[in-house]
Amino acid sequence: MSQEHWDTVIEPKSALFDLKIKELRQYKDLLLLFVRRDLVAQYKQTILGPIWYFIQPILTTLTYVLIFGNVAGLSTDGLPKMLFYLAGVTSWRYFADSLTKTSETFSKNADIFGKVYFPRAIMPISITITNLVTYGVQLILFFAFYAYYVVSRQFDLSIQRELALFPVLIFIMMLLGLGFGFILSALTTKYRDLKFLITFGVQLLMYGTPVIYPLSSIPEEYKIYIMANPMTPIIETFRYMFLGTGTLDYGHLLYSTVFAIVLFIIGLAIFNRTEKNFMDTV
Amino acid sequence: MSDSEIAIKVENLSKQYRLGTVGTGTISHDLNRWWAQVRGKEDPFLKIGETNDRSKAGNSDYVWSLKDINFEVKQGEVLGIIGKNGAGKSTLLKILSKVTGPTTGRISAKGRIGALLEVGTGFHPELTGRENIFLNGAILGMTKVEIRAKLDEIIDFSGCARYVDTPVKRYSSGMKVRLAFAVAAFLEPEILIVDEVLAVGDAEFQKKAIGKMQDVSKGDGRTVLFVSHNMAAVENLCSSALVLDKGMIRFNLEVKEAIDNYLKISVEQNELLDFKSRIPNGMGNVQISHVDVYPDNESRFIKIRDTLVFDIDLSNKSAQGKLDIGIRVFNERETNIFSCSTLMTKTSLFLKSFENNIKVLCRVNSPFLIPGRYFFSVQVNLNNDQQDRIERVLQFEVLEEDFYSTGSKTNINKGEVLVDHVWIKNEN
Repeated sequence: MSQEHWDTVIEPKSALFDLKIKELRQYKDLLLLFVRRDLVAQYKQTILGPIWYFIQPILTTLTYVLIFGNVAGLSTDGLPKMLFYLAGVTSWRYFADSLTKTSETFSKNADIFGKVYFPRAIMPISITITNLVTYGVQLILFFAFYAYYVVSRQFDLSIQRELALFPVLIFIMMLLGLGFGFILSALTTKYRDLKFLITFGVQLLMYGTPVIYPLSSIPEEYKIYIMANPMTPIIETFRYMFLGTGTLDYGHLLYSTVFAIVLFIIGLAIFNRTEKNFMDTV
Repeated sequence: MSDSEIAIKVENLSKQYRLGTVGTGTISHDLNRWWAQVRGKEDPFLKIGETNDRSKAGNSDYVWSLKDINFEVKQGEVLGIIGKNGAGKSTLLKILSKVTGPTTGRISAKGRIGALLEVGTGFHPELTGRENIFLNGAILGMTKVEIRAKLDEIIDFSGCARYVDTPVKRYSSGMKVRLAFAVAAFLEPEILIVDEVLAVGDAEFQKKAIGKMQDVSKGDGRTVLFVSHNMAAVENLCSSALVLDKGMIRFNLEVKEAIDNYLKISVEQNELLDFKSRIPNGMGNVQISHVDVYPDNESRFIKIRDTLVFDIDLSNKSAQGKLDIGIRVFNERETNIFSCSTLMTKTSLFLKSFENNIKVLCRVNSPFLIPGRYFFSVQVNLNNDQQDRIERVLQFEVLEEDFYSTGSKTNINKGEVLVDHVWIKNEN
C-alpha cells in the first residue's frame, strides 16, 4: 500500500516555493503557443499591423520630449532628448507591461482557468516572454535612432564595456515584473479594488524612477527615496551602458538583484497558494 | 479488489464554499483564520457550515458542497455520476480536473487526468481553425507533436475542413463546438472526465461523439468519469454509477440499480417541495407560488388522450414588464420529451406592477405520452431576466388506458410517444 505509485495526487495544500519545473516542461508547447497567440493576435485586423510595436514607443517618447524636455525643461544629462527618453521608456515599458499583464493573470483568464487545468504559471511566463520579444523589437528602434544620431554627428558612439551586464538587467526586470505581478494577481482575485490602483500605481512608480529625468538631477535629500526603488539602478545602468551618462553603482545593482529574487520567491509562494482556490473567489 | 487495479482513489474529500458576496468581512475572516493558524488551532470557519440543501435558507455563510466523499474507480471502468443540479457533481469534477482545490481530503490517481468539461474554452477568435486546434490541444495537455500526428483526423472528425484556415470568429457556434469536441476527442489521457458534452451539436454529431466515447472506454480500456443528466446516456455508457445528493454519496451501485434509486429519491424529495419556504432560483421579483398539472376534464388523473393543463401561480413584488414562461417535460430517464414556452409561440404576456398574484394556464393538446411518470421544470422570466425556476422535481403520471381501443393495454416499451395510426393494404 505504502509503496503504491500514484501519478497524480490532489491535496488541499501544495508546496509553496515549488516552481513545478517538471510540470512546466510538459507544457512547453503550450507556452510557445501562448506567446505566438499574443504576438500574432494582438494586431490582427489592424491596418498598420506590427508597425504598432514601433509607433507606440515613438509617440510616448515624442510626448515626453515635448512635455518634459521642452516645456518643463528637465535635464537629460546633455544627451539628445530623443535618445534619453527612448532609453528610459523602452526598458520601463518592459517592466511595466510585464507587471500589469501578470497582475491580470487570474481575472482575465478566469473563464479558461475555470474549465481546464494547466500550470497557471504558464500564463505569466508566456507574458514575460511575449513582452521580451516586444522589448527586443523596440530595442531595434532604439538602435535605429542611436545610429541616426551617431551618423549625423549629433552624438558620439559611447557604448561601454559594461554592456556585458545587459542580460543581468533583463533578468532582474523579469523577476521584478513577475514578482510584483504574482502578488498583485493573487490580491486582485480577492480584492477587486486593486485593479483600479495598479494602472495608477505603475504610472506613479514611473515618476519615482529616473525615466524622464536623470538620477543626477535629484536633490541629495530625496535621492534615497529614488534609490530605494529597485528599478532605478536598472534604468541608470542601461543609460550608462549605451549612452555613457548616468551612474553605474554595483552595490546599488546588487540591492536590486536581491530585492528582485526575494520578491519573486514571495510572489511565487502567494501565486501557488492562489492557483488552487482562486476559482472560488473570482 | 487489489490496489493495483484502482485508477482513482478518493478519500474523505470535502469542499467548502463561502456563500454570498465576497466583500466586507473577508479581510477580518482572513485575519481570524491566520490567527488561528498561528496558534496552531483549527480553522474557525471550517467548523460551521452545513450540508448543501439549496432549497432551504441556512444560517451560515459557509456551505459544504461536498462532504466526506470516498470512492474508488477501477482501471477501465466507466463511472457515471448523477444527481440533481447543485448536488456537487460539477464541484467533484472540478476538483478531479484540478481546476479548484479540495478543502480537505485527498485524491490519488494513476496516469494523466484529462477533462472534457464544457468544450470550446481557450479558442482565440482571431486565430484560424488550424491554429486553434494546436492552441486548444496544448491547453488540454497535448504536445505539438501529438497534435500534428492527429491533425488530419481531428479536422476530418470535426467536419470543418473547408473552414480550417478561416478565423474562428467567423464560425457558427455549432462549428465551434464541433471543432472543440474534435480536439478533445483525440485527447488521450489515461483517465477521461466528461461533463454533459453530449448535449451539444446536432444529432449526427452527437452520434459520432457517443461512438467516440464508447471507443475510448471499451476499445482502449481507459477509465472514464461521465457526468450527465441524461439517464439514457448514463445507462448506455456506464457500468456503475455514483448518486450524489447534497454533497454526499447516496449510492454507489451498478448502473441500473443506481438510476432506479436516484429516480426514487427524486420523487421522495418532490413530495417535500414546500412552495412557501423555498427561495426563488433567480432574481425573485416574480416567484412561482404554486404549480399544478391536470387534465382538462373533471378527473384528477391524466390519461393518454387528455389535454393537459399546466396551472402556474405567480406572486409578484410589484415588478412589471414582458413575462415569459417556459415548461420542459422530461421522462423518467430525464430525456426532454417536449417543451412549451411563450418564446416559442411568441405570446406576449404583460405583467403589470399592481398584479400581485396571477395565474397562468398553459393548455397542451395531448402529446400521447406513453404511460409512466414525468417530470417537469418551470422557468419564469421578466424582461428576459430569470426570476424563478423550479427544476425537474415537479411530476405527474400518465395512466394506462386502452389507447388503440383494442381491449388490451398499451405496450409501453416501444418509443417515447404513442401515435394514432392506420394500416392500409393496397392490391396492385
